[in-house]
Amino acid sequence: MSNIPDDLSYTKEHEWVAGLDDGLTVTVGVTAFAAEQLGDVVYVQLPEVGTSVEQGDSVGEVESTKSVNEIYAPVGGEITEVNQAVVDDPGLVNSDPYGEGWMFKVRVEGDPEDLLSPEEYTALTSGES
Amino acid sequence: MSRPTPLRDVHEDLGATLTDFAGWLMPLRYGSESAEHRAVREAAGLFDLSHMGEIFVTGPQAGEALDYALVGHLSALTPGRARYTMIVNERGGVLDDLIVYRLGDEEFMVVANASNCEMVAGELTERARAYDAAVEDRSDQYALIAVQGPRSQEILATLTDADLAGLKYYAGLPGVVDGRRALIARTGYTGEDGFELFVAAQDAVPLWHALMTAGEPHGLKPAGLSSRDTLRLEAGMPLYGNELSAALTPFDAGLGRVVKFDKPGDFVGRQALEAVKDDQPRRRLVGLVARTRRVPRHGYPVTKDGVVVGEVTSGAPSQSLGKPIAMAYVDAGADSGLAVDIRGSQEPMDLVELPFYRRNK
Repeated sequence: MSNIPDDLSYTKEHEWVAGLDDGLTVTVGVTAFAAEQLGDVVYVQLPEVGTSVEQGDSVGEVESTKSVNEIYAPVGGEITEVNQAVVDDPGLVNSDPYGEGWMFKVRVEGDPEDLLSPEEYTALTSGES
Repeated sequence: MSRPTPLRDVHEDLGATLTDFAGWLMPLRYGSESAEHRAVREAAGLFDLSHMGEIFVTGPQAGEALDYALVGHLSALTPGRARYTMIVNERGGVLDDLIVYRLGDEEFMVVANASNCEMVAGELTERARAYDAAVEDRSDQYALIAVQGPRSQEILATLTDADLAGLKYYAGLPGVVDGRRALIARTGYTGEDGFELFVAAQDAVPLWHALMTAGEPHGLKPAGLSSRDTLRLEAGMPLYGNELSAALTPFDAGLGRVVKFDKPGDFVGRQALEAVKDDQPRRRLVGLVARTRRVPRHGYPVTKDGVVVGEVTSGAPSQSLGKPIAMAYVDAGADSGLAVDIRGSQEPMDLVELPFYRRNK
């Protein structure tokens, strides 16, 4: 069973969103479940700071030995920061997906829809694993 | 529903990620596939290859039957030796690539890819009809466990009295490993020294555990199909369905040397292959090394000045080179200024001759 922290929100695309309740800016990454499914991550491409994104936009990609997956914006808004460390060392996605493996921050505009609670995400992944 | 190998429970106990491959439930990786890849290059890896097909051809004319059925000259093979060869159709298109082991004067074992095994067994049966030879698919009775990597001989030597040092590359001998009968072959698909052990299906689990116990002090790790694929790619070895297909002849794949026109008698595909053997193929199989970190993958177009000049057949990040690599069919003459169209972006590539990786002997 993958680690699914209970203080985060999730998407069906296996991303996590932190800080949604606190204010304007959220942090985004991919879940431990996604990292396990991908295998060793070898390349991460992130959006540029300042980019305006809508919820559901493809904003980057995560590539592993066997496959490549797009990263979608889980919320709409402006990209305010990206994690250069994960670009330089993509293995952080596998070793610390909820910590040092974070991907980018978004200043949220509007009301994000269809985010999953930890319970809902647990149900989703237990159906897929 | 995928077929499990005799080692399925062992893989589950090890926490493997299992995947369907050619109708079989196979371990993709046990932990980090990069670590598994490195273990094979630096120490040793243990692979379950029980999905591979073992087809036996026996009888007084077994060698002649294989000479007719395959492109190689198998009747000339010395007992105890093995050959890499192919089975082609009447048009010379590759139906599968094979390793044939001669076990005795009248006994050969043909090892086929899992995805093609039934077809190969059927073709061999049909093609052997005029000969005093019997064809039998015994894949269900066999498990295949491979120990690959520079420490393989040391590890295996702790479990067998067989003369491993005297066993040449592409040779195989019957022996006893940890008290169980095995065909011990010095073959592999990783670019490293190593052994493949063909054993009775019911012996697979105890043999796996014995090899793990013997190997762990030497750095042996269980290794899945993911690392097997990156290892064979670095070694420039073709994979059926990627570099080889029925649309290509052995010459198209740069493997014309496996076709033995000087053997006696006719063989299936001879006429078609004679006709093309001196042609310059339109495309040739080459290696590409990426200058950026994005990975070229199977099916992506190879371009030059925005024009498509080829197609990637296999690609992956390479541990040994530290860069993404690919095999690709590229138009003859297109040697420089190449790129791969990676989801709309032209990523520059350097063309290199295969293989990407060669071990120190």
